[in-house]
Amino acid sequence: MAFDNLFSEIVFWALAVVTIGSAALVVHLRSIFRAALMLVVSFLGIAGIFAMVNAEFLAVVQVLVYGGGIAVLVIFAVMMTRDVDTGNRSTAVQPVALVMGVALLAALAYSIVQAEWALLPDSLPAPIATVFVETPTQLGRLLLSDYVLAFEVAGVLLLAAVIGALSLVRERRDA
Amino acid sequence: MGETLAGNVIYRNVYQFVQDLLGEEWSWVAYAAAGMAIILLVTNAVMAIGTVYTWFERRLLGRFQGRLGPNRAGPFGVLQPIADAIKLITKEDIIAVGADRIVFTLAPVVMLAPTLLVLAVIPFGAGSWVADLNVAVLYIAAVSGISTIAVMMAGYASPNSFSLFGSMRAVAMLVSYEVPLVMALLGVTVLAQSMSLVDVVEAQALPFLLVTPLGALIFLAAVSAELNRAPFDVTEAESELVSGYMTEYSGMKYGVFMLAEFTNTVVAGAIFAALFLQGWKWPVLPSHVWFLLKVAGFVFVAVWVRATLPRYRLDQILAVAWKYLFPLSLLNVLLLAAEVIVWPEPGAAELGIMSAINWAVTIPAAVLWSKVVSLRTAPPMAAALSTEGR
Repeated sequence: MAFDNLFSEIVFWALAVVTIGSAALVVHLRSIFRAALMLVVSFLGIAGIFAMVNAEFLAVVQVLVYGGGIAVLVIFAVMMTRDVDTGNRSTAVQPVALVMGVALLAALAYSIVQAEWALLPDSLPAPIATVFVETPTQLGRLLLSDYVLAFEVAGVLLLAAVIGALSLVRERRDA
Repeated sequence: MGETLAGNVIYRNVYQFVQDLLGEEWSWVAYAAAGMAIILLVTNAVMAIGTVYTWFERRLLGRFQGRLGPNRAGPFGVLQPIADAIKLITKEDIIAVGADRIVFTLAPVVMLAPTLLVLAVIPFGAGSWVADLNVAVLYIAAVSGISTIAVMMAGYASPNSFSLFGSMRAVAMLVSYEVPLVMALLGVTVLAQSMSLVDVVEAQALPFLLVTPLGALIFLAAVSAELNRAPFDVTEAESELVSGYMTEYSGMKYGVFMLAEFTNTVVAGAIFAALFLQGWKWPVLPSHVWFLLKVAGFVFVAVWVRATLPRYRLDQILAVAWKYLFPLSLLNVLLLAAEVIVWPEPGAAELGIMSAINWAVTIPAAVLWSKVVSLRTAPPMAAALSTEGR
């Protein structure tokens, strides 16, 4: 279709503005509850971008995991923040957090610049949808064959997280 | 997305009409107009059915409770929903002092959005669906999870403890029941070997209700919890929490919450019909009529359950999800996966054998497990009080 390019251009920029704008608001807003809600909007924007590049499975999982999980995050954020309406006061950990943040940003920026993005030829064949029509099936095959180790390690990581959370909040009998 | 819709009669006609009117270079307007026409049709039809359903539920509840139910407006009270809507729209719209105004106003909108989004993938009849997504089953689980956020928003933005309690209960419950719900959906996906609802309906040579009775049961229980329906309606337990997270809402904002709730039940019926009751299939009657009848059947059972069972306590609800439904849903998925390995591409005969095995294994397992798991633990509050007294 002739308008496809213009149309996807508009949609992409709209999604990009929403995603980045709401991410900026997450940091900027004083109310931690509103900040968490803006985080949801940001995640939904990313899901939209996944959907745009025909990664339907990833888009849906993005909504399921991040959109659904965020409600729990909100509760924890609210419970662990001393002054919910104005945010936490600065602590001694702040310089450490700054260093860690910059290091993480540098690592991410480096990997984005270094990554080999040109996996597909620039001029894609017209019926692009038919190439990717079976993404869930292919992802499933790959995850349970070539990348089964990573898959299992992720499972163990989640188990460790669950056990860690339980041991943190467990009531002490002897106390 | 254009390709999936091109077969649709309404879509084609509107597209053609607008393009003839404006010319070739405005084809994107035609595209948008045709899409809008379909959205308008589907959402309004389902909302209308949801509205009629409020009357149906109230009349039926009246029957179950030995009273009449609404019977004044129109014949048998059919016009009651319209009277209610007029009342809600003309009521004063109050935002309580101290509320987070923006979040408070947005909450009903966020509540209604997932209901309407889910409609995109539901096959209402032979050949009539908006989008045949290849991840439809997962899409339903993902999108309906958004309503948790709406409940959080409503509860947190209201300056009211009842609202906050209601929304905290809701989040604990919704997060727990998402697990068995997704596992039940996984069972169906394994059987149909596709996540597209259209493929799921096509794969049902036998209704999956017969093939995987435990899966259907788990889905029914989990979806009742996700819909905040009795016996899982602790989030707005009238006798404890006024009306939970909706306490501070009035006028049409409250109306939108109620509309979302009732429409959700109808949509859940549609999903159940597509997943377990062969969707639009069955002979003689037109496919859309069959689909509506199956939805009506589900809705009747839902009202029946609501009228019959008393409300669970919150800790019991969580215990049911984690101790009872979750292990059983694992058993269900394991059994179905093993059967699909033995009989790939099952036809009616193979589905019959599977059905026999599943009935013989899962239903006794469910009954036995219910004897093992006990819900008769003391509520946390009572335990805390008793230790304090010592």
